[in-house]
Amino acid sequence: MSQAATMTEPTEETVRAEVRAWLEANWDPNLGLIEWREKLIDAGWGAPAWPKQWGGRDLPGPLAAVVDQEIRRIGAVNVARAGIRTLAAATLLAHGTDFQKGKFLRRSLTGEDAWCQLFSEPGSGSDLAGATTRAELKDGRWVINGQKVWTTSAHHADWGLLLARTDWDKPKHQGLTFFVIDMRQSGVEVHQLRQMNGHASFNQVFFTDAEVPAEHLVGEIGGGWAVATTTLMHERRGADGVGAVGAGAASTERVGRIYDEERAEVATVMEPYKWYPQRAGRVDLVLQRAKETGKINDPVVRQEIAKLLTLARSAEWTARRARAAQAQGLPQGPEGSLGKLAASNVARAAARVHTLISGADAMLAGDDGPEAGIIAEILISVPAVSIAGGTDEIQRNIIAERVLRMPKEPGDDASRPFREVPRNLAG
Amino acid sequence: MQFTFTEEQQEFRAVLRRYFEQSSPTTAVRKLMQTEAGWDAGQWRELNAQLGLCGVHVPEEYGGQGFSFVELGIVLEEMGRALVCAPYFASAVLAASAIMNTATDGQKTALLPGIVSGETIATLAFAEPSGDWDPAATQATATSSVGGRFKLDGAKSFVLDGHTADLIVVLARAPGTTGDAGLSLLTVRGDAAGLTRTPLKALDPTRKLARLDFTGVEAELIGEEGAAAAPVARTLAQAAACLASEMVGGAERLRQSALDFANLRMQFGRPIASFQSMKHKQADMLLEVELAKSAAYVAAQAAAEDADDMPALASLAKAAASEAYLQTAIHTIQIHGGVGFTWDNDTHLWFKRAKSSEVFLGDPTLHRERMMQAWGH
Repeated sequence: MSQAATMTEPTEETVRAEVRAWLEANWDPNLGLIEWREKLIDAGWGAPAWPKQWGGRDLPGPLAAVVDQEIRRIGAVNVARAGIRTLAAATLLAHGTDFQKGKFLRRSLTGEDAWCQLFSEPGSGSDLAGATTRAELKDGRWVINGQKVWTTSAHHADWGLLLARTDWDKPKHQGLTFFVIDMRQSGVEVHQLRQMNGHASFNQVFFTDAEVPAEHLVGEIGGGWAVATTTLMHERRGADGVGAVGAGAASTERVGRIYDEERAEVATVMEPYKWYPQRAGRVDLVLQRAKETGKINDPVVRQEIAKLLTLARSAEWTARRARAAQAQGLPQGPEGSLGKLAASNVARAAARVHTLISGADAMLAGDDGPEAGIIAEILISVPAVSIAGGTDEIQRNIIAERVLRMPKEPGDDASRPFREVPRNLAG
Repeated sequence: MQFTFTEEQQEFRAVLRRYFEQSSPTTAVRKLMQTEAGWDAGQWRELNAQLGLCGVHVPEEYGGQGFSFVELGIVLEEMGRALVCAPYFASAVLAASAIMNTATDGQKTALLPGIVSGETIATLAFAEPSGDWDPAATQATATSSVGGRFKLDGAKSFVLDGHTADLIVVLARAPGTTGDAGLSLLTVRGDAAGLTRTPLKALDPTRKLARLDFTGVEAELIGEEGAAAAPVARTLAQAAACLASEMVGGAERLRQSALDFANLRMQFGRPIASFQSMKHKQADMLLEVELAKSAAYVAAQAAAEDADDMPALASLAKAAASEAYLQTAIHTIQIHGGVGFTWDNDTHLWFKRAKSSEVFLGDPTLHRERMMQAWGH
């Protein structure tokens, strides 16, 4: 305490100077990835916004961003920022015990542990709180039985963030408990889930008397919904880094052992997402292909292209309005909640236009298909965009109830004992 | 490109909204729409005396306020919201912009201050009974006569407030010319000899249209003879951006009225707003209106900056707003059920404005094609 009292408050200048000096003295692209991250974390630069106790420096967000800028500026590698491990860290920082923080936080930064999120089930998709995976306390350990689905990277994961039901007599939100489960045990089976576009980005996870030690329960018994809400909030903010990782880290211009190791890590994390550009409809390909095929001269096709471009540009401008209002500190207007629904409309319109432009070739895939199969992949990937991360129907409910303040549909599923609530047979 | 409004612009909007809520309730709209003129001289004088809106985007040297198309867009959005019955679009948007884009300094000094003060009500007569919105389709002729004056012959139609305007800016061509060549803008007094003005029975009674027949009417050239094609195209693109703002104002008002109704209307023992079918429709309406608003704001800004792609963005905004306004009007009637189809319910006032605005200055199909061409596709 007396030491802290003599220190001056960090400023942008002092933080920048300090991290710059430290990086100059320590950065070495020939170090191993984990070895370097250990040094970075030991110095407090790995997660500068975190509490000192857990390897951070208690820096406010804007100053922590200065640290990241400096690390980027000299082309150094940062801590592991991609994947579900960042959601795990954010969740445990908020709700974990000291034991859990000590065991998991640092290894999430080094990238030694990979994580997955075990929330969705075959019987509960949009209605996440209707989970029926069962957790029962036997001889001081939690025994898990049930099934999860849509689990990204479960086949690489060391640990899972698990939402399971511990009390069937309470209403559905109050009978859930949050656990960290060891994925490398015989009671956990992971099977890849093949999608209609042929990719297998997700998994099904089966639990048969899988075990979780009592000290891996996060938050309170019956308090799992609040913990899961924290995870989902960070996921919506894009804290899993899926959007941000890429260009820099993937660049092949960066030579050295540490870069090779980082590229391998990013490639593993990003592998499930490689078809996502196609899922969004690839508006960027439309004009070029219309010109190449001559369809740009067809007045009907021109109208459809114009409709698509109008929709896509208007959606982009609406997102910029939302960001500009946020930057001005104005209260969020309705424009901020519309992006996902707009993106579904754009993707569907784009698929329609790609079909018009391709003509009969739209029936062909792979090497025989237009753009070496990319067009076919667009056509069979777009249906995912209006489902993943909240269906269009759920988005509309959210817009109607939270933005427009329309009354909720009457229902008693959230007030009755969960045992009595009708549910899917699979549960 | 700015994606927010400044504090001053937001305050300007708030002042206008309060003023129009008071001065243009639907009782006033209903009264005015049943008159032949479609507007009231006393209310028009008061509007100009209190707010001076006719010179919003006119430079100060001509008596205007020297603001930009962004502020003009705000005025139109608020007027569209309140369905203000006034010759504003004809005079302050179409005629004033045509004069600013075409006339010499001397002509601007002579013509604009009257329009800015509201004493002169002006309009732009460009389309003809053929209904073609392309200035190149003009058939009316301006024949050079003595003393640098011209004689106008032909017919103009779909002229906003054409039967009440004091000053008419007319698009005509030199005899024997075709296409964009030979087009000129000329001014004619509303009571000129040889001019017959016939009010048309308009589907939208809040927006009055007239047919004008010219037989050897004396007219004065504005700007350069035979060189009006480019400034008229620019005027019509600016007007399309302005109309987009007016339309999104109306669409937003309709959307809100449908939401208010759904929250109040009880069926099956609960507000119909609690049914998912209503929520999903409302969410889609919000999305469509917000996207159209974004496009209208971008087009207004492009007009303010005189950006190179202003014509493309204006056409994009016009098409988007046309679709959003009409779709919102259709949904709003549907949400109201039977009552939405009655004369006493106000929805049809905006529905009719949505329909006339969809067509006026060119329908969405035409503007989408213009957008593609303007972008070089």
